[in-house]
Amino acid sequence: MGLLVAISIFSFILISNSPVDPVQSYIGAEISRISPEQRTNIEEYWGLHRSKPEQYFLWSKAVFQGNLGESLIYRKPVTDIIWERFSASILLMGIAWVLSGVFGLILGILAGMNEGSILDRIIKSYSFILASTPAFWFGLLVLMVFAAWLNWFPVGLAAPAGSLRGEVSLADTFKHLFLPVLTLSIGGVASIALHTREKMIEVLSSEFIRFARAKGLSGMRLFWRHGLRNISLPAISLHFASFGELFGGAVLTEQVFSYPGLGQAVVRAGLGGDIPLLLGITLFSVVFIFVGNFMADLLYVVIDPRMKTKQAHD
Amino acid sequence: MENISIPNKKNKIPLLEVKQLSLSFPQYKKGFEESYIQVIRDFELTIYPGEIVAVVGSSGSGKSLLADSILGILPENAAINGTLLFKGVALTKNRQEQLRGKAISLIPQSVKALDPLMKTGRQVQGIIRDKKDKKRIQEEAFLKLGLAPGTGDKYPHELSGGMARRVLIASAMVSEAQLIIADEPTPGLDELAWEETLSNLKQLSEGNRGIMFITHDIQAALKIADKIAVFYAGETLEIANKEDFSGKGEVLRHPYTKALWLALPENDFKVLKGNQPESEDVFPGCVFEPRCPIATGLCKTNKPDSTMINNGITRCFYA
Repeated sequence: MGLLVAISIFSFILISNSPVDPVQSYIGAEISRISPEQRTNIEEYWGLHRSKPEQYFLWSKAVFQGNLGESLIYRKPVTDIIWERFSASILLMGIAWVLSGVFGLILGILAGMNEGSILDRIIKSYSFILASTPAFWFGLLVLMVFAAWLNWFPVGLAAPAGSLRGEVSLADTFKHLFLPVLTLSIGGVASIALHTREKMIEVLSSEFIRFARAKGLSGMRLFWRHGLRNISLPAISLHFASFGELFGGAVLTEQVFSYPGLGQAVVRAGLGGDIPLLLGITLFSVVFIFVGNFMADLLYVVIDPRMKTKQAHD
Repeated sequence: MENISIPNKKNKIPLLEVKQLSLSFPQYKKGFEESYIQVIRDFELTIYPGEIVAVVGSSGSGKSLLADSILGILPENAAINGTLLFKGVALTKNRQEQLRGKAISLIPQSVKALDPLMKTGRQVQGIIRDKKDKKRIQEEAFLKLGLAPGTGDKYPHELSGGMARRVLIASAMVSEAQLIIADEPTPGLDELAWEETLSNLKQLSEGNRGIMFITHDIQAALKIADKIAVFYAGETLEIANKEDFSGKGEVLRHPYTKALWLALPENDFKVLKGNQPESEDVFPGCVFEPRCPIATGLCKTNKPDSTMINNGITRCFYA
């Protein structure tokens, strides 16, 4: 909660000092047609003549009541837009998140189990290259290969152009999601794989694996009983804490693929001077990232009993 | 080598017989030049049912690898040679796989050998073959070792060093092991826990089990072992009976064993100069020659064989 207040004050200060003129972005191209008196009237109506702290107070009071204001570009309540855009984004981010977690874990385990082998080197170099690849560049590359040259997937959007909601088939949705999901998940795979690999090597050389082997366990039984839980710890905390990167990645990916999600909306809001929408999405993303980190903490306690006692001692 | 066995037990088949065991690892020096470092050389040991044989050696002498060789859980790049017999039958890789955790069981060194994310009770239950009764068997074993009820529901990090040690001993107790390898079960314990651990080990041997007690603590070895094998730079220098350790060590056969005995506080507290050689060092003669007070030119160039002297075995020309 304190975090939310801090972030809201900070972003409010940033925006009020930005060169964006709210009246101008409200009126748009017609700005030259209105008289200075009309302009002052609008400013007064919005409370722009008041002091900054007063303005912030008025705004935060409205936000607290669930009113984020009305978007200047879309001419709809900000909450509606966030909701609508988020349901498109969550599909993209959710699938990408699950895939990058699963593949990252599998690749990390494979690499760690065969440390030093060719497989390990391939996975390692693959991860290093991917970790240093910007998402938007990778997105463009994917577009070039799969959409432009091979023509397997559409170039952008979430549904075929010109189709109505309700007419869009599941196959169409999938086809439009494929490339953005690929682009977004690929970066997450690398860091999960590298961290899991390190942990796997550490666990394999640990005393308790030696003892488990001495007790006659081997192969998959050993892995299920003593391996998986131990090596998944860094992957889990990392993956839940990566909601922020996921959101940031989604902004770029949605832009590249013209995917109508929250990320695209935030870019439009920023470029179009849509202050209510920009602030609304900022606050929303803070909540989103906070939820991710909070879940990471909660899960960590569930999986690792050592965390529980530590907390009790504090 | 047949002559080297303890005569009064000749009628019994030994539980474990180790003959001329050697173990080495490849090592890459500069570039791709490959060489082997020998960590264990010509190791000999025989354990009969109901007997505790201590393998005493300072740290870095390759003792834990000895345990791993018998269990067959060495790293893949290890090269092992020699003969391992369990109840008179060769211990092949397959047989090791079948026997470990069942007929042969390990008591590891520290609490780190327990999975940090699993309750201790469940970890011990995992070993028990009788699937229906495993909870009861585990609880009985904990009780027998003086662990409070409810210890089984604790995680390893919630246990003290002594409690963890007892949990590890419990896992050997509930197994149907005939041979138990205790790998350094005593370091880091206070006086009381030390005594307890030793008496627990003694207790384990009473069910006609054989115990190989790997330790660097000669006092612990003397307290419970029947025979003591002195391990130095990967070799067995002497296998002595417990009774041989008395007085000024006159009955002991090897100068190193004598030095160990005299280094104890209650004896002369006299420390031998120098250090155990590194495993990279190769000796044409006796490994102990550089530190030996009675070494001669012969020791420098020739390696002494194991010989049977006065009911014990030693590797010295002048015993």
